Amino acid sequence: MQHYINIIINSVFIENILLIYFLGMCSFLSISKKVETSIGLGLAVIFVLSITAPANWAINEYLLAEGALSWAGLGHINLDFLQFIVFISVIAAMVQLVEMLMDRFSPALYVNLGIFLPLITVNCSILGTSLFLVERDYNLAESTVFGFGSGLGFFLAIVSLATVRKRMRYSDVPSSLRGVGMAMLLTGLISMAFLGFSGISL
Amino acid sequence: MGENPISIHVLGICSALAITTKIDTAVVMTIAVVAVLSISNVVISFLRNNIPNKVRIIIQMSVIASLVIIADQVLKAYMYDMSKLLGVFLGLIITNCIVLGRAEAYAMQNSPSKALLDGMGNGLGYGSILIAVAFFRELFGFGSIYGAQVITNQIYLGGYENNGLMILSPGAFFILGLIVWAHRAYTGTSDKH
Repeated sequence: MQHYINIIINSVFIENILLIYFLGMCSFLSISKKVETSIGLGLAVIFVLSITAPANWAINEYLLAEGALSWAGLGHINLDFLQFIVFISVIAAMVQLVEMLMDRFSPALYVNLGIFLPLITVNCSILGTSLFLVERDYNLAESTVFGFGSGLGFFLAIVSLATVRKRMRYSDVPSSLRGVGMAMLLTGLISMAFLGFSGISL
Repeated sequence: MGENPISIHVLGICSALAITTKIDTAVVMTIAVVAVLSISNVVISFLRNNIPNKVRIIIQMSVIASLVIIADQVLKAYMYDMSKLLGVFLGLIITNCIVLGRAEAYAMQNSPSKALLDGMGNGLGYGSILIAVAFFRELFGFGSIYGAQVITNQIYLGGYENNGLMILSPGAFFILGLIVWAHRAYTGTSDKH
């Protein structure tokens, strides 16, 4: 149990996918203007990451990795190089599926999160998480926890930036620094604060 | 350059920041992005009249993903150390918004030769920012430029120290923020908030 809590703490605070690995920056900067929308996107990312991480893990383990096809008697085949294209299709399909299921069973949630879901397919943090899973050799439980933790880290980072940007509206920023430039500098400061967490482990 | 994808439209910075601690990784990344972007633009431009509108994103994605796989394999074959350094970030070219963005916005409407130029231009614009960020981070973080030490031992003996923050992630955000500021001040664009 402690091991899993450690993975969560690690992926939320110490190796935050946004602030330390810079994944998912595009939507991070463009959606963080309002707190409400950033909460929506954050929740959608948590949701999709918790689903795609174990799904991609299973596909890699049983179809793509070296010797993975041995259950079909094809142990000598190594489909490693197909990772990118398969992962991205799984993510696109999963996002579509989640969107349809949500529309069918929980229209209220769909109205709130729906517009963010298509954006998520091209969010680097989703593909990045899947690639990290493979690189770090996680097992099923670990990858699910890691997916959830990364989503939580994304949520935390985007909501805190949105909150800070809301405050910035009342301050006098030089005109060409407004918007993205300022958001970058703020992210730098937040990221510096997160560096303070490094070294924590249970 | 006036329409630089990074500093004006803020696309594709995910991978821009992670690999810019040194200039040589930034250069390799630039070459990979220019290659993938121009070839994907050309391929999609050739296919543009045959792609059904509803599934266009999936088709564009698969073209891009296949090209990235090729780039990854080439790099693994000829520059193995470099491919280890770039790690997952090379794969992340797939989700680099620039590549999909140019395919969607330009290659779908224009002829292959124009799309090729567009891809190369955008790739180089992207690369120029990457290399600029890497230049500052390497200079202040390691005291070297493209692997060659420029800050000599005498300066270190005089009490100068490398700025460790530049190698860590906040340094990238600050440098990129300042570059965006400078570029926007020069071209005179600005956002509302």
